[in-house]
Amino acid sequence: VENVRLLDRLSSRRAVVGTLYLTATHVIFVENGSETRKETWVLHSQISSIEKQATTATGCPLLIRCKNFQVIQLVIPQERDCHDVYISLIRLARPVKYEELYCFSFNPKLDKEEREQGWKLVDLNEEYNRMGVPNSYWQISDVNRDYGVCDSYPTEVYVPKSATAHIIVGSSKFRSRRRFPALSYYCKDNNASICRSSQPLSGFSARCLEDEQMLQAIRKANPGSDFIYVVDTRPKLNAMANRAAGKGYENEDNYSNIKFQFIGIENIHVMRNSLQKMLEVCELKSPSMSDFLWGLENSGWLKHIKAIMDAGIFIAKAVAEEGVSVLVHCSDGWDRTAQVCSVASLLLDPYYRTMKGFMVLIEKDWVSFGHKFNHRYGNLDGDPKEISPVIDQFIECVWQLMEQFPCAFEFNERFLIHIQHHIYSCQFGNFLCNSQKERRELKIKERTYSLWAHLWKNRSDYLNPLYRSDHSQTQGTLHPQIAPCNFLYKFWSGMYNRFEKGLHPRQSVTDYLMAVKEETQQLEEELEVLQERLANLQKSQSGNNKVKSKQQDQSKQFGLYTSNNSLANTPQEYSNDLKSFPSRSPSQGDEDSALILTQDNLKSSDPDLSANSDQESGVEDLSCRSPSGGGCLPSEDSGKDSDEAVFLAG
Amino acid sequence: MEFAELIKTPRADNVVLHCPFHLAVEGTLCLTGHHLIFSSRRQDNAEELWLLHSNIDSIEKRFVGSLGTIVIKCKDLRIIQLDIPGMEECLNIASSIEVLSTLDSVTLMYPFFYRPMFEVLEDGWSSFLLEQEFEHLSSVTNEWRLSYVNKEFSVCPSYPPVAIVPKSIDDEALRKVALFRHGGRFPVLSYYHKKNGMAMMRSSQPLTGTNGRRCKEDEKLVNSTLRSGRRGFVIDTRPLALAQQARAKGGGFEQEVHYPQWRRIHKYIERFHILQESFIKLVEACNDQSHNMDRWLSKLEASNWLSHIKELLTAACLAAQCIDREGASVLVHGSEGTDSTLQVTSLAQIILDPRCRTIRGFEALVVREWLQAGHPFQQRCAQSAYSNSKQKWEAPVFLLFLECVWQIHRQFPCSFEFNEQFLIMLFEHAYASQFGTFLGNNENERAKLKLPQKTMSLWSWVNRPEELSRFQNPLYEANSLVIWPSVAPQSLQLWEGVFLRWNRPSKFLEEAEEERINIIKYNKELQAKVNALRRQLAELEADEEVQEEP
Repeated sequence: VENVRLLDRLSSRRAVVGTLYLTATHVIFVENGSETRKETWVLHSQISSIEKQATTATGCPLLIRCKNFQVIQLVIPQERDCHDVYISLIRLARPVKYEELYCFSFNPKLDKEEREQGWKLVDLNEEYNRMGVPNSYWQISDVNRDYGVCDSYPTEVYVPKSATAHIIVGSSKFRSRRRFPALSYYCKDNNASICRSSQPLSGFSARCLEDEQMLQAIRKANPGSDFIYVVDTRPKLNAMANRAAGKGYENEDNYSNIKFQFIGIENIHVMRNSLQKMLEVCELKSPSMSDFLWGLENSGWLKHIKAIMDAGIFIAKAVAEEGVSVLVHCSDGWDRTAQVCSVASLLLDPYYRTMKGFMVLIEKDWVSFGHKFNHRYGNLDGDPKEISPVIDQFIECVWQLMEQFPCAFEFNERFLIHIQHHIYSCQFGNFLCNSQKERRELKIKERTYSLWAHLWKNRSDYLNPLYRSDHSQTQGTLHPQIAPCNFLYKFWSGMYNRFEKGLHPRQSVTDYLMAVKEETQQLEEELEVLQERLANLQKSQSGNNKVKSKQQDQSKQFGLYTSNNSLANTPQEYSNDLKSFPSRSPSQGDEDSALILTQDNLKSSDPDLSANSDQESGVEDLSCRSPSGGGCLPSEDSGKDSDEAVFLAG
Repeated sequence: MEFAELIKTPRADNVVLHCPFHLAVEGTLCLTGHHLIFSSRRQDNAEELWLLHSNIDSIEKRFVGSLGTIVIKCKDLRIIQLDIPGMEECLNIASSIEVLSTLDSVTLMYPFFYRPMFEVLEDGWSSFLLEQEFEHLSSVTNEWRLSYVNKEFSVCPSYPPVAIVPKSIDDEALRKVALFRHGGRFPVLSYYHKKNGMAMMRSSQPLTGTNGRRCKEDEKLVNSTLRSGRRGFVIDTRPLALAQQARAKGGGFEQEVHYPQWRRIHKYIERFHILQESFIKLVEACNDQSHNMDRWLSKLEASNWLSHIKELLTAACLAAQCIDREGASVLVHGSEGTDSTLQVTSLAQIILDPRCRTIRGFEALVVREWLQAGHPFQQRCAQSAYSNSKQKWEAPVFLLFLECVWQIHRQFPCSFEFNEQFLIMLFEHAYASQFGTFLGNNENERAKLKLPQKTMSLWSWVNRPEELSRFQNPLYEANSLVIWPSVAPQSLQLWEGVFLRWNRPSKFLEEAEEERINIIKYNKELQAKVNALRRQLAELEADEEVQEEP
């Protein structure tokens, strides 16, 4: 479709005209004219909603909201075209078969061996060994060999040694969806562990001997403690309501030596609505400070984030400080339980704060234990009530921790943002389906690529320059502050307003420091070369040797890492009043662009951009990147003012 | 007056000091004329606390049996608690602190008694003279001149003796203009934008009154800053309604009929008690120990503090935009021209002028646009957020300015030579200091108090290399461009460095800063080494070639 206008959400004045293309996998908007011909690529799987608005004199507006929080507003001149686009997108954005997803057509031009290597990067067996199991207390159980006991669990599950197959099977029959208690994290220093399960089918009075034995076995696997915590992450009211349906929670009287604890994390429906409300706040046009803060509070989002974090802190404390094992569950044990177990693990074990460890953590607590990626993130057309930002919340918890412990994580914010992006993109096979069983049936590993290998390949883009493996923050357990007056849970504009670049800090400390570190490394190398040459030269001179090196100075001129990268910075609209004043052409002032350090280096390394040059899902930031990829003309953005956010302050 | 008379109990033993995030320590408390001193008797790392009485904002006392407890709330927002055994001692100490922290005579303040322990390399009192600024200016333009019309502080009591004014306006005209402007604050040059020759002036409101008084000289002065055919903007920091109301009290605004080349823009910037209340509410919210996220956000919202930040930044950006983008000159004023006016003009310079983002340049800005421009520091900073005495002239105007600078700094972390600590240090010294810099309300008062002779300047201390190193931003790379901050709510954050400073464990953030410094330092060291080697190598190679010649 030609002559489509792409509107800037924040300013009606800045619209660009271009051509809209629909392909099997992407929506592509290509700007008309100008040398740059900026392109915007959106994967169909990223589309969360499409809205056709009332036709106006200028055309038919189409609003596309994406799961990675991009919002695209198009105006299509012909109503009929718009309708066609709308109908096509509705169909394309809601595939019904896994085979329609992008990962089955995505080809990063790797050979079979490289693909297999990629899938081997994260190995859970290795991870359990790292934790210290199997050992004299824990063993691997083959009871779920063919998914016979629980079809949403992995085949290989660690259980206490004293838990026999009979106990496991018995316990599984007493648990929702047969998700029996299994090991999530083992602390080899004090034998305390984190186990996870679903809720017991206790109703008002039901008991199950095997289930009681199972919990007993978990306690015995930690000889240092005479009780275990059972943490139900639901609000008490929700748990009680479940009893009426024959489900519920553990009765302390029936289980010996347990301490039962509710932690009120709300369910997926509350979370979905909360995110919805927060996004509405993010989408407000020039909100006042009060609108924003009030809306943020009203959405309850940060309150929910804090609840998840508090639960993680509670468990980490029980394990690290009290040396007590914890069994965590919610209803089915695949949403809140996954969030809480992974937050706790992250706090407890510095390994999970490394890049590789974080991949392992997601693979362990989310992918292998049957978090329903397909349902929660709407990869295939399904029940909208199943959709909920469960892992988004976990990712945000990690970001909040990074804010509090700037040196504790090996990876940076970009790493988190890209993982979130790919959970929805379906470009890689990792997060397909709802369980390991489904993934095996679909032969994911043979037919798609692994995200982890891709991220690992580009790991230099995701490093936190402040991380040192010998730094005190990278050792041992993290103890976050929990009261707002001690530590602020902040709105994460880097995520939720990710595509409004104008709202973010214009200079990135992370990128600056990474550039410095890179230069430092080059300097180290050069220093070595120079010293060597100097030594040779001195030797040859002292020996009156006339042999000398005529070779040219090999040292590269590093130049300033800042000089070739700049990004335009233009004023925003600070007043309505100025508009009425005869003002000069807005396209002036390229020379004013403020210097942004290495901003463009990072862009070209965004996963979806570098993956392959022609089929990229350029949602990241094509708008700021020249088609040639690398160095970017300083005037590129200012010419179009596309990067500008505009805030009517009047 | 002898301070000793006010101190009935100069010393108390077995006092326990409680600070957030520190273990309680037992030690000895001493009171002197200007300080409260606490020292633990622990040999290993004797913990000492030196607190200026003038830093104390409020004091509360309570008793449990004979154990008295004093809670001291400081102007820098810190709260400490002292448990003092013995009711009499406790009462004595509390009453002494109360009196000593509220001395009303300026000359009894600590700066008049303070003797520096360091060698003065440069007298800060003469570090930033307007004459130097003018010299700098005259290298690029000759449209301006220095006027000494206010030499005796007789034309405008709140102005410094010198001012930069349009060359075409003589002192006689300035006297007339002064009579037409509130408090005699005639329009003066605040900033000259070298790039396009546009000027930013500031003044107070014109005294048009209800009958629309005019002043030909004022019109001439204001117009003389415009190039032919160009227009200018008057940025009035009051909403139109408020400006109109001001006419009833003799004030007013520039009528467009009389200033046809000027367009007026009204921007509302809160002032005085509204700001102070907002400040108090915010600090209250920040000290709320509850673990409830909702309450925190609604309290933050209700304080309105961030709204003030947003409004102020918006107005400053607008002024900068008029100058840099519209190529227009700007005149900024509110009512008195001593508060919101200065906030706007100084922030606009941070945005426009890279010099103001250096340490010395920022100091010069504070001196020029705040101290010399007559911001009444003594009145505004007499009390902070904990005080119960609510005087209507107290307001965190300067703190708001500093926070706006911090907000811009956060968005352009590599464009400022100074770091956050530098801004926090200025906040502290504006409220309580051993230096005389922030005493008095204007240059006139400072001259009368003979501050330059009798007290030490803050700048004498700050600009010593030892101190400067603490305030340097390791990431600084000179950026000669205009920096346009975002004023969207998503882009503005609470200044935790000030408001949560005493409530949050700072260890992890400090460690991060240390890492940043080390990364840069190591890089610079390597660079120096490599350069030295390169040179050495080049020399050796040159030698070798010489040897080879014959």
